[in-house]
Amino acid sequence: MRVDVTINGESRSVDVEPRTLLVDFIRTHLGLTGTHIGCDTTSCGACTVVMDGNPVKSCTILAVQAHGSELKTVEGLRQNGQLHPIQIAFKEHHGLQCGFCTPGMMLVGATLLERNPDPTEEEIRWEISGNLCRCTGYMNIVKAIKEAGAGSAGDAVGEDLGAAESVAALEDMEEAHT
Amino acid sequence: MYPAPFEYSAPTTLEEATALLAELGDEGRVLAGGQSLLPMMKMRLATPAHLVDINRIPGLDRIEQVNGHIEIGALVRHADVVASQEISDASPLMASTAPWVADPLVRNRGTVCGSVAHCDPEGDWNSVMLALGAQVVATSHNGERVIPIEDFIVDYFTNSLQPGEMVTAVRIPRADAGTGGKYLKLERKIGDYATVGVATHLRVEGGTITEAGIGLTSVGPHNIKAKEAEAMLVGQAPSPELFAEAARAAALASEPEDDVRGPAEYKRAVVEAYVRRGLEACVSQISEEG
Repeated sequence: MRVDVTINGESRSVDVEPRTLLVDFIRTHLGLTGTHIGCDTTSCGACTVVMDGNPVKSCTILAVQAHGSELKTVEGLRQNGQLHPIQIAFKEHHGLQCGFCTPGMMLVGATLLERNPDPTEEEIRWEISGNLCRCTGYMNIVKAIKEAGAGSAGDAVGEDLGAAESVAALEDMEEAHT
Repeated sequence: MYPAPFEYSAPTTLEEATALLAELGDEGRVLAGGQSLLPMMKMRLATPAHLVDINRIPGLDRIEQVNGHIEIGALVRHADVVASQEISDASPLMASTAPWVADPLVRNRGTVCGSVAHCDPEGDWNSVMLALGAQVVATSHNGERVIPIEDFIVDYFTNSLQPGEMVTAVRIPRADAGTGGKYLKLERKIGDYATVGVATHLRVEGGTITEAGIGLTSVGPHNIKAKEAEAMLVGQAPSPELFAEAARAAALASEPEDDVRGPAEYKRAVVEAYVRRGLEACVSQISEEG
């Protein structure tokens, strides 16, 4: 069956079997592997994508159900070569360790901030309660979402991180932690 | 994990959907939120030959007032209930349940009617529906049938729908002055099934209880209506002694089993504590109103 979607602002159209899961459609058919497959049982949230404005678990939706919808994945956070404030905040506040849950955490965080730019810690914790971080790095995830909302990542907002700068930033972070 | 292959249709009118379901009979399954059906299909616990996706049928996503009832359409998501002013005005019990169903991402997709139809004894909504005396609206190509929730829930994962029928709405009575409702849920973590869930509903008029509803989650082969406990309450004045007695009766009506979430004895004790606390919460809601 033909599935037409708009993903990260781009129109794509692919023929798939009805049983194709949305997460596999995104990863295999559209080649966007930033969306992860974790538990595959609707528990962990690693496969979170934003569908028509709402974050959902793409391992538990059929690709054919997404026909005609607007999708956003982690690849869509970066705009015009500039990192999204939530990406900057996750970097600055060490909001990721292994990085597996990060795409889902950032998408849920960014969607929350669109509705409520200044959430309390409790509101953030409720909102990310469908996403698991098995590094248990919740403290910094919550901090990063809060700071991205408060605009404290302000100085860095709009910063264009090239590959070389990313490596330099990583080295700075490593230094700071040793 | 992949579901076994199936045919897929996405009708855009209810007539089209019910005609298709009539033709398919036992082979057809309705897909709404899919948050229970798709995991079951992935684990090959369900292998429907043909899915009828109702998500493209307009009008099923409404929460409406109909003749003193609130009607919740087949595409109303749990998240819609969390956000609904209508529900928060008209049903304190539903309003207190919705934030505890699954997790925020699942609530964005899963539907109330789907959960009711699924008849999972660990589902929260059927306890609420039992406590409220809800009605299920079943539609087929022959028309509409209204089924009291007690007749709708048959057993473990079994409802009383006939082949060709689908749930198009659930109806709950509108809570007016003098009513209170509370859902209490013990869960190990958000997104886990309830270890124990208890729905309580009370109406108090002139100092006397005129309606009482108690529904129990995860403590039996299906959600349980604690009828004996309800009957003890009606006609009496609310009191701590009465609530303690009703809570003991509800605990006796529960049929929990030992599992990873705890031993049966523990769960029965939680039922007793939660029924008592739930009834107390109903009464304090009612007295705050007055």
